[in-house]
Amino acid sequence: MRITRTVAGRSRRVAVLVTTGLTASALLLTGCSSDSDSSDNTGSDANGKITLTVADFGQFGYKEAGLFAKYHELHPNITVKEDVTSDEKVYYPKLLQQLNSGSGLADVQGIEVGRIKEIVDTKADRFADLSKVIDVNEWVSWKEKQATTADGAVIGAGTDIGPMSLCYNTELFKKAGLPTDREEVAQKVAGGWEDYLKLGEEYKKNAPEGTYFMDSASAMFNAVVSSNAKQYYDESGKAIYKDSPSVKQGWDLAAEAASKKLTQGLAQFTDPWKAGLRKGTIATVACPAWMAGQISINSGDANKGKWNITTAPGATAANWGGSFLSVPKSGKHVDEATELVKWLTAPEQQAAVFKAIGSFPSNKGAYDLPDVKNAKLPYFNDAPIGQIYADEAKSIPETVLGPKDGVIKDSISTQINNMEQRGTSPDDAWKAATNVVDKAIG
Amino acid sequence: MATSTPTPDAYAPPPGGSQKTPAAPRRHTWRSRLWRFDDKASPYAYIAPFFLVFGAFGLYPLLYTGWIALHRVEMTGMNQMEWVGWDNFDKILHDSEFWTAVTNTFLIGVMSTVPQLLVALGLAHLLNYKLRASTFWRTVILTPYATSVASAALVFALVFRADGGLLNWALEFVGLGHTNWANGHWTSKIAISVIVIWRWTGYNTLIYLAAMQAVPADLYEAASLDGASRWQQFRKVTIPSLRPTILFTIVISTIGSMQLFGEPLLLEGGTLGATGGNENQYETLSVYLYNYGWNLGHLGPAAAVAWAMLALLLIIAAVNWLIGRFVRKSAV
Repeated sequence: MRITRTVAGRSRRVAVLVTTGLTASALLLTGCSSDSDSSDNTGSDANGKITLTVADFGQFGYKEAGLFAKYHELHPNITVKEDVTSDEKVYYPKLLQQLNSGSGLADVQGIEVGRIKEIVDTKADRFADLSKVIDVNEWVSWKEKQATTADGAVIGAGTDIGPMSLCYNTELFKKAGLPTDREEVAQKVAGGWEDYLKLGEEYKKNAPEGTYFMDSASAMFNAVVSSNAKQYYDESGKAIYKDSPSVKQGWDLAAEAASKKLTQGLAQFTDPWKAGLRKGTIATVACPAWMAGQISINSGDANKGKWNITTAPGATAANWGGSFLSVPKSGKHVDEATELVKWLTAPEQQAAVFKAIGSFPSNKGAYDLPDVKNAKLPYFNDAPIGQIYADEAKSIPETVLGPKDGVIKDSISTQINNMEQRGTSPDDAWKAATNVVDKAIG
Repeated sequence: MATSTPTPDAYAPPPGGSQKTPAAPRRHTWRSRLWRFDDKASPYAYIAPFFLVFGAFGLYPLLYTGWIALHRVEMTGMNQMEWVGWDNFDKILHDSEFWTAVTNTFLIGVMSTVPQLLVALGLAHLLNYKLRASTFWRTVILTPYATSVASAALVFALVFRADGGLLNWALEFVGLGHTNWANGHWTSKIAISVIVIWRWTGYNTLIYLAAMQAVPADLYEAASLDGASRWQQFRKVTIPSLRPTILFTIVISTIGSMQLFGEPLLLEGGTLGATGGNENQYETLSVYLYNYGWNLGHLGPAAAVAWAMLALLLIIAAVNWLIGRFVRKSAV
């Protein structure tokens, strides 16, 4: 009797264990099964109604501006669906894989400026030529050249650009005994980024405790490099970042800012950076149009009216960011998708996006529209951003892009953060940066 | 009932059959050959589905990865392959970041596996006692295993966050100051190990528990008759009986820690996650592979890393086997 009971007891226990295991794996399975692919929905039904998909990343602002709904009103037979990937670094490899395999592509794909050169060089044949449909002269002179192949095909229509100005915290400037007026601040830094650092030293002398002149020197580095025509590559497509004067200038200035402790050393867009803006410890931020939006979101209502915007240091303006919309050839509705792209990048729609989320238009026609021309930002003491950014946009040089610009910029930025945060010596940091960059180019 | 027992010639045709047709002896041999063939071949047919699926989704990718590792293949043009021989292996072996990743993987592996298995052993021992609502406890202990890597990593990323993180908040509350967990070389590894330990301890506990329940009760009875304490019983009866199971969990944990990916990638996320921190302080081999292939866009070296990882695993397995053999010999 005793033996039988033991055996029965043990098998019951085993059964319980098995059940537990099964329950757990069922939970596991449900936890992992949330992968949907909306791009397969493309198609038309019997009534000729079609659905166009737009795959993009981050914030393109079309939904916020209500443009997809508006397009549906104008074209009742077309519904537009957006498939957003929040991180561009996740989006881009996926796009390359889809281009390689030729499946899973949306009707319209967004491409970031840091990637456009690589796409133009290697994947241009997969995209429809837009040169017949859009007039490239409508855009700021350099924008569409970036999306044009050697044979003259235009594979992307420009959405936004990022002319760079300078955002500054007037309250901190006042406490540090610096001028707060837009014009006066612009005057102080008119000579270039060296003047900007001098202003930083002035700020530091009387700085309110726990505050820093800038958020991160990596933004300054980026601004210095991208206000020059030659950046990381030369015209022949050779990587020259080690000898590029603009990179050297930017790096030296960043190293100086780090050693003089003019920066708080917050990697941009990270949580500590957002916290810095919220707590009001940052006096200046190199500020493309879309960055103004980031500042107002992260600084919050408590800091409303404390910020202002003025012209960035130096004679030539920098461009930071901006994207393109492209139409893959393999789509089922290439013509309709091309029309959609043309409409979305037309002046009125770009102005609507600017109004909604602050991405600055690349289509020059938008600059004369009241939504852009008279735009003022209440959060930034009613700074006339439409004017400021339109002026900056005119002085942005025609830059030489390279296929790995994005990776190079990110790798150098990481090492600038290390100089700021860890006190890594400039030599060690540069060595670490070149190690990664050479791997990327290689 | 005894008639139903199969006899050796149970499969032979009925005796009357051979008289009816002249060709019977021939059919007889043909049939028995078929029987024999069925006997020998069908087990292979039954296990074939696994091997077919394994071939398509395991072996083929493995070999193809090896093929890619010998070529220059770019993310931007995967149909263009240029033979480069061992260049990719040469490249990664001379890359200091690769050796950083090897060291990190090894350190995080030890830091997560050792405490994890020890805690699992202890927990299994406790769960093996007669408890109220034992099923409840056993289920609860397995729930971390049932959460996805991503959600676990994201929740722990909030806990370990430098600014406003739960852990820092608690530490500051008791006056222990502020740590930037992800930024430090050791603290980041500790953070990742904690996520791994949290997720896998329950799983190993359950495996140990199942093995413990298979230990015959007579052994414990005999031991307690001889006056052994609970601790002595645990050491002298439980552990030796569990030795094969312990070896199994060590092997599984080693493989798992070699492939550690989601936790380091998501601890900080974004650009920093993809490079395993701003000084690669928590970059594991998988993250290094991912960064090389998907961020830098070079699939050749990335494939070479995958094969290097396999080689490392085989080395570890060999060492494990040698140690196991040594332990067995010395135990005898």
